[in-house]
Amino acid sequence: MAVQEYLAPATVDDAVAVLGEHGSAARVFAGGTDLIIQVRERRRDVGVMVDIKKIPELVECAFTGDGGLRIGAAVPCARLYRDPEVAAKFPCLIDSASLIGGIQIQSRASLGGNLCNSSPAADSIPTLIALGVTCEIAGSSGRRTVPVEQFCTGPGQNVLQPGEFLVALNVPAPGANSGAAFERFIPRNEMDIAVCNAAASVVLSADGSTFQSARIAVGAVAPTPLLVAAAGEALAGQPVSAASIASAADAARAAAVPITDMRGSTAQRKHLASVLVTRVLNQAVERAGRA
Amino acid sequence: MVMADKPKYRVIGTRPLRPDAIDKVTGRAQYGADTRQNGMLRGYVLRSPHAHANIKSIDVSKALAHPGVKAVVTAADFLAPGQDLAQLPDLTANVMAGSKTLYHGHAVAAVAAIDDESARDAAGLIEVEYDVLPPVLDVREAMLPGAPILHEAMRTRTPEGPSADPSNVVAHAVVVFGDPETAMGECDVVVEGDFSTRMVHQGYIEPQAATAMWNPDGQVTIWTAHQGSFPARQSTATILNHPISKIRVVLTEIGGGFGGKIAVYLEPVAAMLSKKTGHPVKLQMDRVDVFEGTGPTPGTSIRAKLGATKDGKLKAYMADMAYENGAYAGTAANYATMVATACYDIEHVRLDGYDVVVNKPRTQDYRAPSSPAAAFAMEQLVDQLAEKLNMDPEKLRLQNSSREGTRGSMGMPFARIGHEEIVQAALDSDHYNSPLEGPNRGRGTASGYWFNVGLRSSVNVTVQPDGTVALAVGSTDLSGTRTSLAMQLAETIGVEFDDVKSLEVDTDSVGYNDVTAGSRVTFGTGMATYEAGKNLIAAMKERLAATWNVPEDEIQFEEGKFSSPDGSKSGTFKEIAQLVVGRGPGLTVSGSVNAGFLQGGGFAHHIVDVEVDPDTGKVQVLRYTAVQDVGTAVHPAYVEGQLQGGAVQGIGWALNEEYFYDDSGRMLNSSFLDYRMPTTLDVPMIDTILVEVPNPLHPFGVRGVGEPPIVPPLAAIANAVAHATGVRQYQLPMSPRRILQTTGKIEE
Amino acid sequence: MSKHHVITRINGEDIEFLTDPGTSLLSALRDQLGLTGAKEGCNNGNCGACNVVLNGELVNSCCVLAVEVNGGELATIEGVANGDDLHPLQQSFINDAALQCGICTPGFIVAAKALLEREPDADEARIRHWLAGNLCRCTGYDKIVQAVLDAAPEMRAAARA
Repeated sequence: MAVQEYLAPATVDDAVAVLGEHGSAARVFAGGTDLIIQVRERRRDVGVMVDIKKIPELVECAFTGDGGLRIGAAVPCARLYRDPEVAAKFPCLIDSASLIGGIQIQSRASLGGNLCNSSPAADSIPTLIALGVTCEIAGSSGRRTVPVEQFCTGPGQNVLQPGEFLVALNVPAPGANSGAAFERFIPRNEMDIAVCNAAASVVLSADGSTFQSARIAVGAVAPTPLLVAAAGEALAGQPVSAASIASAADAARAAAVPITDMRGSTAQRKHLASVLVTRVLNQAVERAGRA
Repeated sequence: MVMADKPKYRVIGTRPLRPDAIDKVTGRAQYGADTRQNGMLRGYVLRSPHAHANIKSIDVSKALAHPGVKAVVTAADFLAPGQDLAQLPDLTANVMAGSKTLYHGHAVAAVAAIDDESARDAAGLIEVEYDVLPPVLDVREAMLPGAPILHEAMRTRTPEGPSADPSNVVAHAVVVFGDPETAMGECDVVVEGDFSTRMVHQGYIEPQAATAMWNPDGQVTIWTAHQGSFPARQSTATILNHPISKIRVVLTEIGGGFGGKIAVYLEPVAAMLSKKTGHPVKLQMDRVDVFEGTGPTPGTSIRAKLGATKDGKLKAYMADMAYENGAYAGTAANYATMVATACYDIEHVRLDGYDVVVNKPRTQDYRAPSSPAAAFAMEQLVDQLAEKLNMDPEKLRLQNSSREGTRGSMGMPFARIGHEEIVQAALDSDHYNSPLEGPNRGRGTASGYWFNVGLRSSVNVTVQPDGTVALAVGSTDLSGTRTSLAMQLAETIGVEFDDVKSLEVDTDSVGYNDVTAGSRVTFGTGMATYEAGKNLIAAMKERLAATWNVPEDEIQFEEGKFSSPDGSKSGTFKEIAQLVVGRGPGLTVSGSVNAGFLQGGGFAHHIVDVEVDPDTGKVQVLRYTAVQDVGTAVHPAYVEGQLQGGAVQGIGWALNEEYFYDDSGRMLNSSFLDYRMPTTLDVPMIDTILVEVPNPLHPFGVRGVGEPPIVPPLAAIANAVAHATGVRQYQLPMSPRRILQTTGKIEE
Repeated sequence: MSKHHVITRINGEDIEFLTDPGTSLLSALRDQLGLTGAKEGCNNGNCGACNVVLNGELVNSCCVLAVEVNGGELATIEGVANGDDLHPLQQSFINDAALQCGICTPGFIVAAKALLEREPDADEARIRHWLAGNLCRCTGYDKIVQAVLDAAPEMRAAARA
């Protein structure tokens, strides 16, 4: 079906109403860098394109009272990394935002859109998981909140019900002695889908010698990006050392269940899961030390 | 720059600004897809989803019934009288499948409609009944008895005559010099390897586009971005069963070719749709169509052996080289036998070249066709041999280098060539003499050769009333040749570069020009331009004789000035032109040459430093230097650009580019997302060293430069990776996954 | 399906056109508005040949719907020169032979201009990073990067003036 209509609602309620009216023929988009292509290539049938960029709260990015960050689902990546305060407080978000596609993609693509596209290899999702982000969803029954690690349910699939859309991502305030980092592996230096990616967020003891807690997430190694609880558990209470980091990396490798496709093989991805988790943990520790 | 007795030129060797550049930097230049004609319809090609299938039937009725549709064509529209679909010649069948589809992406029908969306929708309504057959996708597998056969009528051409049974092997070419078996047995050191490369695409940024108008009187005009308007005219005429004289091909600007735009794909289809609709019809490929429906370059399997004495004298080379041709017969392996040993003086050689069809798109040239894969094998063996002999590989190359008089790969001795000079230049270079420090780093070098061609060219020169000249060129300008040709004309007739206006004209306006390929335009069309310049001076002398009342053969022309024998009368070219043309009848002369098949060949030699991440297998190119014998660098900046562009294409080919197929023969990565060409972030600056050893076959010593640069990179990078990791790479691409595998980090 | 009436400013001029809701900005520019400087290289956001600047941001016009430019401000390659005066980037591309076939050149110039206006002191590394979304197959990028570096001083001077 060719696109029949383009609508740009001005409020969340209007958007919900539009989605309710048009049902499965309607699809929300922000940057459009995934959806516009999918529709053109006839991989997705969309009758009504619903542009949510005219809704103020979808394009707002603001610190909350407690030092957390509320990122509207349509805020382009470029706005994030150009904000010195966001960059200073959440360098891990910037790691992701500056890697999705190239500059031309980042001026339009949003972390929220990247999440909703729900690719197992998405470059935003391990970061969001590691940071303990929650997703604010609006629908006809009102708003609900979902922890981001539960958002994706399969390749291209997520918990959004018909008539629902993502409004904002809530990033908790970074605690004391914490640091986070994201890395991905691609064959070139930009523009590729990740063969494997990983994010880690750590909280250290005040003297920086011990892990208090850690959240480790890995992507492109399973039908959805994974929160590897076992890796975090392997670090809690452990000294900051190559050995403890290695055990977390092993846990990530064990949790990975990647496929072999044209972008990478099972063996390669499991190996990379371990390599990347090691690297992001080291970087997260370094950032925690500098925080 | 290293000179070798270079004459002093006035215009050649300078760096004028190309006149077509302004249109290109402002977006005004008209490329294939920018063509607009009044009443134009849009077309769309339906392509086969099967890699190998018989076509049982095609029902276009639902497509024709679509409100926006004006016509549909299938192969039936291209049948010659009395011909049936199974008898369609390869040339036509590749453009529109007859009784079989032979690759995923093979065109089976085309629609013309009022807009693009309608054409696509209607194409989806065409019902094709396929009888799916098993595909064969590997070159060695295709050679085995029992492999699915693509063409029942195909018999292998061999030195002993055609094979008895149907085969996928098009031809087995054999080249033998001396007694290689015996000589190899006598060598002190022998190295060997089983090398393989994957199918890759030329990757031009502009997809094919063609617009055609078939007038009711049978005159056909085609606007296209193509590497040869005359060959395109010929091919189109053949496919349409229509006279050449009734077809006019007009070149638009072209957004890259590299050999991939030598065949016709859309031109005949657009013409046939126009014939049926009475309207101009434009066809434009999607990027998917470009990958799946044009002509990528062969994947290869090369088993080679190199033997030497303990003093480093190369004595014997034997190679079994199998090249994919894609769906229809080609000559890729044959080309390989013409270049494989060119860089070295090796007395005993045996080359077995196998051209093999497989269920993939019909392959085409990609800049120095067949030579990069041949060098991937040879230059790694040279590197390994140097290791075994404990010699610097560059010294080993110098010791064995081809020179003037060395027997070339085709049996004839080389004329003056520059391989020795460029290896020496590499040895003397700053890059080679800078230490490479740090873990996981390695440096590699490699040589390469391409024979370059001459072929036929023709230009016209018209004198303007103000004494400037217009140079009408029929050769496609891929990257600035209209400027290099203007420079050669200016040099010949003694005017300034700005006094020559260079323009591209259609097939009715100038004599025959062979395709822009084989690095031949600056050389061959340059020779035609030189001829035209000489003819122009002669024509002006003839007129001047009457005006000056001096015998024609006594008028002199030197350094841009005509003069009478006693010197009392003289004038510059422009002054005389204003005199005898400005105030006389118009003057247009032509220059036409057949520059022969071969133009003397070009050698390239590259140095590359890499760093390999041992944990991820990723190769980073740290530093790159491209050295080449460029004959005479007509426009040095353009020559540098050819070296840099070819080197980066080679980097992509070496590290990340390949066609991924699933078992059914469907290409999985037909997009720039997953067909990974280098970006600005993937390569460093490419330093160039231009060595000028003039080509004795050209009046200004010009040598084709466009193709040799893509030959060395595959091997140079493989050698560098081997030195960085201690592990030889026998398969391309050297992707991170492959490096992890071969270095033992992962098991697969 | 009804068409949308788009009112926008392109290269400083007020422009109006009708478009289908699913039409990309690239298609509208090329097929309706006669602005064929933006090229279709891939039509899926991977080559940058279609680059334009929308509301101050560098975008792939193949990934933008034409209707989205309503009420906005668009800058294309056609607006880079100032009448007959080439922009410093255009001149440096010519001077440095930074184009061969030229098909990617409009995209690169629009992208490089967007970069240098935002980061006048961009060095080679930063230039390469910014331009990684623009593919070129002819030049190997060397002369393109050099041309951007060579245009930067003139652009900085003009910005200060």
